[in-house]
Amino acid sequence: MTKRLFFRDARLVDPASGLDVKGALLVEHGRIADLGPNLSAPEDAEIVDCRGLVLAPGLVDGRVFTGEPGSEHRETLASASEAAAAGGVTTIVTMPVTDPVIDAPSLVDFLRRRAAATAKVRVAPAAALTKGLAGETMTEIGLLKEAGAVAFTDGDRTVGNARVMRRALAYAATFGALVVGHAEDPDLTDGAAMTEGEFATRLGLPAAPALAEAIIVERDIRLVELTGARYHFGQISTRASLDAIAAAKRRGLPVTCGVSAHHLMLNELDVGPYYPFRKVKPPLRSEDDRAAMVEGVASDVIDVIVSSHEPQGADTKRQPFAAAAFGTVGLETLLPAALALYHEGHAPLAHVLKTLTAAPARIFGLDAGRLAKGAPADLTLIDVDAPFVLDERTLHSRARNTAFDGRKFQGRAKMTFVGGERVF
Amino acid sequence: MDPKATAGLQDDLRLRISPALMTDPTAAPILKANHLLGIEGLSPGEVTALLDLAETYAALNRAPDKKAAVLKGRTLINLFFEASTRTQSSFELAGKRLGADVLNMSVRTSSVTKGETLIDTAATLNAMRPDMLVVRHHDSGAAELLSRKLDCSVVNAGDGAHEHPTQALLDALTIRRRRGGFHNLTVAICGDVLHSRVARSNIRLLSMMGAEVRLVAPRTLLPVDAERFGVGIFTDMREGLKGADIVMMLRLQLERMAGAFVPSTREYFRFYGLDREKLGWAKPAALVMHPGPMNRGVEIASDVADDPDVSLISEQVEMGVAIRMAVLDALARGRA
Repeated sequence: MTKRLFFRDARLVDPASGLDVKGALLVEHGRIADLGPNLSAPEDAEIVDCRGLVLAPGLVDGRVFTGEPGSEHRETLASASEAAAAGGVTTIVTMPVTDPVIDAPSLVDFLRRRAAATAKVRVAPAAALTKGLAGETMTEIGLLKEAGAVAFTDGDRTVGNARVMRRALAYAATFGALVVGHAEDPDLTDGAAMTEGEFATRLGLPAAPALAEAIIVERDIRLVELTGARYHFGQISTRASLDAIAAAKRRGLPVTCGVSAHHLMLNELDVGPYYPFRKVKPPLRSEDDRAAMVEGVASDVIDVIVSSHEPQGADTKRQPFAAAAFGTVGLETLLPAALALYHEGHAPLAHVLKTLTAAPARIFGLDAGRLAKGAPADLTLIDVDAPFVLDERTLHSRARNTAFDGRKFQGRAKMTFVGGERVF
Repeated sequence: MDPKATAGLQDDLRLRISPALMTDPTAAPILKANHLLGIEGLSPGEVTALLDLAETYAALNRAPDKKAAVLKGRTLINLFFEASTRTQSSFELAGKRLGADVLNMSVRTSSVTKGETLIDTAATLNAMRPDMLVVRHHDSGAAELLSRKLDCSVVNAGDGAHEHPTQALLDALTIRRRRGGFHNLTVAICGDVLHSRVARSNIRLLSMMGAEVRLVAPRTLLPVDAERFGVGIFTDMREGLKGADIVMMLRLQLERMAGAFVPSTREYFRFYGLDREKLGWAKPAALVMHPGPMNRGVEIASDVADDPDVSLISEQVEMGVAIRMAVLDALARGRA
């Protein structure tokens, strides 16, 4: 009955404990039974030969938009989980930006059941912070948390009203709930397609100043100080935001932040000749801001790297740039893009992997992201050096709107296991 | 309740009815001030004297002849800018039982000229030469303002989110009758503390009298710096009720439920509504209070509110009349 899996000849990398050794790992009952350098295979175990590749905790992607419920033509939980598994991601935190919006306990329950029935990877749903994402009244944070919501967020929308935000944060603090904020001043960025500056001016595109982000970052840091709420900036993209968060952390505030893989790799010039697949939210920034994101990951001010996976169809993306929808898919490029930081010498391998495993698991309160006895056997076998060129036709996601088509990468997932079951 | 214990209590009360206290207008003054604007400013001695006097009126109110002549010939005006059936009728009854002429005035305010209107109203009332004015107003500080403009004694029957001193006094009287005093007593005040004058007056009074006071509410309904009152702050009701002798529930105003402060009534009841399970977190013999009117199924479950073994809600209403008689009596003495 109980299948035992034995991973031999692996380089075990566990960022949570600092472990980085050649050895083996044994899985029993879907959990890690043992691991270490001197482990020998039990007789009845199925052997997985790792051939010296890195065996790491399965990746946790803290920011994934799907189309279920409501836009299943773009992405379902099942198709998103295929993409996740192919990218070495074993847990996705889903954003509540769906139709209907995930703002009632019954909808959280629906998502969890639907995920259990159809998804290959674990799905940790985030619920809306305000009803209908309208930014006006808070949701039933207590009941939603009991139903299984791991965080509260209006996804890619900012709560523009500071009084609403203050009360939502105070209420969330009551339950120790995590609030995930999106920082773009809604009035300054209304109608904007990219970052204000010379390039946007040359292209003649509607643009918003990059400081629209730091304005909200600084506002929300003040509100965190007032209310004591746990706050995670889902993704930041500018140096000014980074500096503000670094200062908040030095003051001991319970603030964390993430960055998307594309904001680490691309800048505003990559918008190129009106390339709508690189229209993202927040928009691509200046080269200095991009470099700041890399520094932020290296210096630990940025806690996590996310895909900000946002599937769009031809109906929404094959449009003139200003009219096209925001977003890029990213589950399958998250790991390769993050590994670029390691290959380019910005951060050690374990540090890069921490931002994809232990750090998001800690922030979202998930039993995931570590190689330890008793931990769930969510594992990713990584060929850190394998070079490849991304071809959008090979993507597993139902949507193909990748910002990275034709991009050269080094390093990718070779196998993915969730609860001891191979999913890729 | 043990019938013998009840009989003993009533004997005791009968002994404490002192005709001298009730009828002698030259009896020792109880309050230093001419007004009762809040608990703030009262001393523990004044509170104790008021509660003692109220005990005698509580006993009188249970007698067949409830009339006293302490306020004979005096005029009491009830001026209510906010509708309140129970407080207004309680003051009216208190005044009438003490022999005063009572006039009830309910005022609808024009929002534009509020401040001016209030002072104009004060001048008009003053010309009628009342001896006492009981006022309820939606603005904090309204009673204090009137007290400076009128020659008579002013009793604050609730001003904004500031104070409601007679409610706190009647709560204290109810507690003292059941528990004998306030020392070593833990009182958990639960619910909308932010907007509650009842909570503010009770915090002041119970802390002053030596009780341990705790506030239990979601953070959106807790005033900033509430801990500076010297009270314990809890957002988890289980923690907040642990070891509590008295659970004092506050009314959640309907307009607060629409999403600005709490997301829904069902969520509020789930986490902060007092039901049997939550009451079980308090001390085994814990008693339940509520200033009324109750929102059943929002801040309190009916089976708790209606259980005579734990609920003091009816007794609070009864003590309300007694305490208001004591307050009117005490203020009249200062004016004798």
